[in-house]
Amino acid sequence: MPPLLFYLFALITLGFGFLVVTGRNPVTCALALAASFVGLAALFMSLDAYFIGVIQILVYAGAVMVLFLFIIMLLDIKSEEGRPMNLPAILSGVVLAVFLTLQIIMVVGGTDLAKKTSQDTPLALADAAGKLGKAALPTITNDLKAGTLPDAKLIGFTLFDQYGFHLQVIGLLLLVGTIGVVVLSKRERSAP
Amino acid sequence: MITLGHYLVVSGMLFSLGLAGVIARRNIIIVYMCLEMMLSAANLALVGFSRFHLFNGLPDYTAQSLVFFTITVAAAEVAVGLAIIVALFRSKQSVDVESVTKLQG
Repeated sequence: MPPLLFYLFALITLGFGFLVVTGRNPVTCALALAASFVGLAALFMSLDAYFIGVIQILVYAGAVMVLFLFIIMLLDIKSEEGRPMNLPAILSGVVLAVFLTLQIIMVVGGTDLAKKTSQDTPLALADAAGKLGKAALPTITNDLKAGTLPDAKLIGFTLFDQYGFHLQVIGLLLLVGTIGVVVLSKRERSAP
Repeated sequence: MITLGHYLVVSGMLFSLGLAGVIARRNIIIVYMCLEMMLSAANLALVGFSRFHLFNGLPDYTAQSLVFFTITVAAAEVAVGLAIIVALFRSKQSVDVESVTKLQG
């Protein structure tokens, strides 16, 4: 990925993220968060994680943000304009964030691992087809030999081959979540 | 040239922004959005490590599976959390974090 595009998408992600934190109107914040997630999805795709990028747009920028906007409009929340700022909380938040950022920059700057570029670690697709051997499905090895990265197929293979049980637990979690939401949002009847 | 460090710094800055929002904002819905931002920042770090730690010449798909699980859990968490916010709004008529002080001693 050209460095210019990386900086562009990083700027989109962080700029709209800043707008989420500072915006006064919840609808503005929700739309800024959606834009920030689109930038983040582009960064995922620049890391050859196409499936995760698409999922990020579908689940976060799509489903989750629609849910947020729906709740904001349902509750008819007025924006915080004209209310006094909570200065101690804002100050501590800013100070903590600045310190955390500086610490992360220092830690990242001090390790050799962080100096790897994508040229240092090129994808070896044809090699991988040989190394996976019989463990992989023919559809994956065929794609690898053809020189394309079968990203979604490989994630699916990893999930179902190694993490089948975890996948079922996640399914159960979603079911419990659905039931919980229905129970929570049911109006309580007044006691007779 | 873009290195792994660039991605990690962007991820850390996004996480810090989310943290600042969680601490500073008083609207529960915006606090929730900032939580989502922090989860996504962690995902960016995971995907970055996955790409730069090759396994058989391919990205490490264990990390990307973890990202998949994180996104699923975050979606379930948002659904339950927003239902709790709606229930809270019904009883308090407000989404301000300072309107909920019942457990304060």
